Amino acid sequence: MHAEKRPQSKPRLAVYKFASCDGCQLQLLDACGRLLELAERVEIAQFLEASSRVDPGPYDVGIVEGSISTAEDRERIQQVRRDCRFLVTIGACATSGGIQALRNWGQIDEFVASVYASPATIDALATSTPIADHVPVDFELRGCPVDPGQLLDLITSLLLGRRPRVPSESVCAECKRRGTVCVAVAQGIPCLGPVTQAGCGAICPAHDRECFGCYGPAEATNLVSLTTFYEKRGTPRERLTKLVRGINGYAPAFREESDRLESADSMRARP
Amino acid sequence: MSPAECSPSPANSLPAVATVPAGDPWRSHTVRIEGIVEEIPGVQTYDLRFLDQEVAGRYRFLPGQFNMLHLPGIGEAAISISSDPANPQQLAHTVRAVGNVTDALARLHPGDTLMLRGPFGRPWPVAESTGRDLVLVAGGLGLASQRAAIRELARRRAEYASVTVVHGAKEPSGLLYTHEYREWKAAGVVVRTIVDGLPQGTATTENAAGDAAMWDGRVGLVTDLVNELTMLSDRTTLLCCGPDPMMTAVAHAALRHDVPAEQVFVSLERNMACAVRHCGLCQFGPVFVCQDGPVFSFAAIEPYLSIPHL
Amino acid sequence: MHADDRVVQDTDPLRPTQGRGGPAVGSWVWLPTETLQPLIDVLRTDGMRVIGPQVADGAVVYRDLAEAGDLPVGWIDEQDGGHYRLQHDPEAGFFDHVVGPHSLKNFLFPARETIGHFLREDGTWRQVEDLPEEPPLAVIGVRGCDLAGLAIQDRVFLGGEAVDPGYHRRRESLFLVAVNCRRAAATCFCHSTGCGPAASAGFDLCLTEFPGRFACEVGSERGAAVLAKLQEKVPLIACTDSERAAAAEQSERLEQAMHARQRVAGEPAPRSLNTEGIRDLLYDNLEHPRWEEVATRCLSCTNCTLVCPTCFCSSVSEVADLSGDAVQRERHWASCFTLDHARMHGTSVRSSTASRYRQWLTHKLAGWIDQFGTSGCTGCGRCITWCPVGIDITEEVAAIRATSPHDEGA
Repeated sequence: MHAEKRPQSKPRLAVYKFASCDGCQLQLLDACGRLLELAERVEIAQFLEASSRVDPGPYDVGIVEGSISTAEDRERIQQVRRDCRFLVTIGACATSGGIQALRNWGQIDEFVASVYASPATIDALATSTPIADHVPVDFELRGCPVDPGQLLDLITSLLLGRRPRVPSESVCAECKRRGTVCVAVAQGIPCLGPVTQAGCGAICPAHDRECFGCYGPAEATNLVSLTTFYEKRGTPRERLTKLVRGINGYAPAFREESDRLESADSMRARP
Repeated sequence: MSPAECSPSPANSLPAVATVPAGDPWRSHTVRIEGIVEEIPGVQTYDLRFLDQEVAGRYRFLPGQFNMLHLPGIGEAAISISSDPANPQQLAHTVRAVGNVTDALARLHPGDTLMLRGPFGRPWPVAESTGRDLVLVAGGLGLASQRAAIRELARRRAEYASVTVVHGAKEPSGLLYTHEYREWKAAGVVVRTIVDGLPQGTATTENAAGDAAMWDGRVGLVTDLVNELTMLSDRTTLLCCGPDPMMTAVAHAALRHDVPAEQVFVSLERNMACAVRHCGLCQFGPVFVCQDGPVFSFAAIEPYLSIPHL
Repeated sequence: MHADDRVVQDTDPLRPTQGRGGPAVGSWVWLPTETLQPLIDVLRTDGMRVIGPQVADGAVVYRDLAEAGDLPVGWIDEQDGGHYRLQHDPEAGFFDHVVGPHSLKNFLFPARETIGHFLREDGTWRQVEDLPEEPPLAVIGVRGCDLAGLAIQDRVFLGGEAVDPGYHRRRESLFLVAVNCRRAAATCFCHSTGCGPAASAGFDLCLTEFPGRFACEVGSERGAAVLAKLQEKVPLIACTDSERAAAAEQSERLEQAMHARQRVAGEPAPRSLNTEGIRDLLYDNLEHPRWEEVATRCLSCTNCTLVCPTCFCSSVSEVADLSGDAVQRERHWASCFTLDHARMHGTSVRSSTASRYRQWLTHKLAGWIDQFGTSGCTGCGRCITWCPVGIDITEEVAAIRATSPHDEGA
């Protein structure tokens, strides 16, 4: 409503990629088929996935995909932060370190040696970490990939000056609202839905498989209770550790739980 | 089923009034912002008028009731009505910009429109308290919920034995409606103010330097002023609005003066989406704040106020 | 049950279709199982959307029903805390499953519903009246506990000062074919709440299953009118008094077995809930240590509240287009287990899981009595079955009762 009052230049948007698969940027390209409508409302000044043209900063909104996994990225994100008035991170990589953060539990040299033919050409940090570990972030949008509807709502919210409508409840709430039968209760499949933040629309359980936590931990939750119940019901602890240590495995609540499961496991295995 | 079959909420002894407008509870009406007054930094009073004259003609409210102010696309918030009930076509709401809806409201200008549903909730027991000593105690923005009552009491001052307003704020710049105190006092309302503290460098009577920002009033808690009042147990009614712990402290101060808990009233604030007992968000123990309140007798609500995180 | 049975009838101002002949209200007729299809056809021909229980995704759920063959004949459900499995049983009839995760709530108070449209034209907002038309609903296979849940939601959405327009519209045209349970799952405790196992009131037709046929009780003029139309297709035979008695006895036997907490037909004994003085018991124990204990198990995942047939909390979202000039308000199910439920000025009033579980349980079993003159629990057991870690409302109440400083030895 205030937007009508004072005619102004369109907000300038920049999209950045760090260590990631580009899937979240593709969701922006999809934008529920409303990218052109979006382009009428915002000036897309930098979005390499869509156009090689880069208009210089500063920008009103920066959207960052990907995690920090090289020394160069660690420097680059500082400049991104300086260039953007409002910084949004999107996706599991940017918000928790992503699947590549699994290396945080191993030895980088061993991974590099086993994967690359010429390990000497690889210059990577020992860890993959979320953007918020390096610079202040104004808003985080979870998901692997992010949901195009949520992404669009986020941009709408920025345009309207309102709080984005991002739920903090569990995936179960979305399952129940869409009438999906619980795969954990009715089929005994260990599912992370009860401890995972909603936002995806509960896609996986609706297709008869477990939630694997790609929206990260829900706001108020209890991982120990859930894994303990699954274990009692017969799921091996190793499998539970792998389930929790997945795409968002480095998110603090998931990290703590997989470490707990693993240490309890090694204690038990001890003679 | 008629409403009579529903057990009345035990947590309120206030008389039944229409706490919900007739018809579709989700039906809202367009209002235009006539004027905006900055009361104190970050707190504005919005003067609203219905566009539809038919709606304006039938709209009535009682002091202590609230409206749901809806900014389409942003959200909706419950805001108490701060204007004189005698002139219900000119609605005032005093709002602090602290959240999604109120921040967006603060960006609007006179001439802009928004949507409004209401009025909702149980009012202050003003009509029921004629002939008595009325004490209105407000902490900070709590005075906004009492201003409608104060205006009505000032107008009908002769019907009450006495009317005293006790208003506390963090510091002098947080005192609300100061430009109206002269008018209230002229009508026979006693107005007393107190502040928790003074910002550094404020001039006081002790170190007066002819400064315009000089504070010559009281520094302390609102309960200090309440404790100093002469409150007769058989004729005092106390209305209190502020943060939960402040209301509890004020209520206990009144009880120590032997004011019966049934004559102490507090106004609660809770999250709500519907304002008509349907959404469940404003539940507090067995009550719905939206419709069983927001005004409750302390006798009824005290057992629940004392439970943490209820 | 606590809910006054009259409530259902009083808030169901259905205009009867009279003068068509057919069985009278209160009478009983035999419906051979082959008449289920013509019954569905009659309802559909009347323009109704017919819903019925069907097997899908490992459970019996309510779905749109066109073919009687899609009913879950031969299936029973094994239920326990955090556990639900379908089992094939050649002896089982059409309705020998108990209750699945869905209830009438999914249809009368849908999970998402548009409650308003707003447009801004020339800078001025206005509300637009264009809410969608919905066909009337007919639901086949509802149980005593479902009807009790409906009566409770009637009190919430129709019984107060404000009437919810969407619920009212759907409720007014709702047609119900009830079924008397022949089985109880281990999670059932409707005998404790007085809501079952028989469907006692509030239905248009009610079926008691026998091999190859149903004894059908006519509960309303609308039910009679539907049977009159059915009679045009298939001849209907009235039940004799002794046949009616046999039907009633079937329900009574199950109810007695539930009260005795006996194993029914080789299944585990049902649960039970001592409701005596439960309101005061819970209010007297708002600071009982059990709330902290259950919080070590509770996930705050919201499942119990969303499968509950009476939980009614909701929240509203604003869905705007990019211009912000066209807005839909969408109401959706909310839950007292989320931090958003009691969020004020950025923080939740009920920040701990213990306080949120206490809110749910005390509201369901105590606050509801103050608010609506009825308990909020029907004894359907859904909250037990669909809790991912099997938290059991009956066990939590029993634990508080056993150690209540105010209620020793009760």
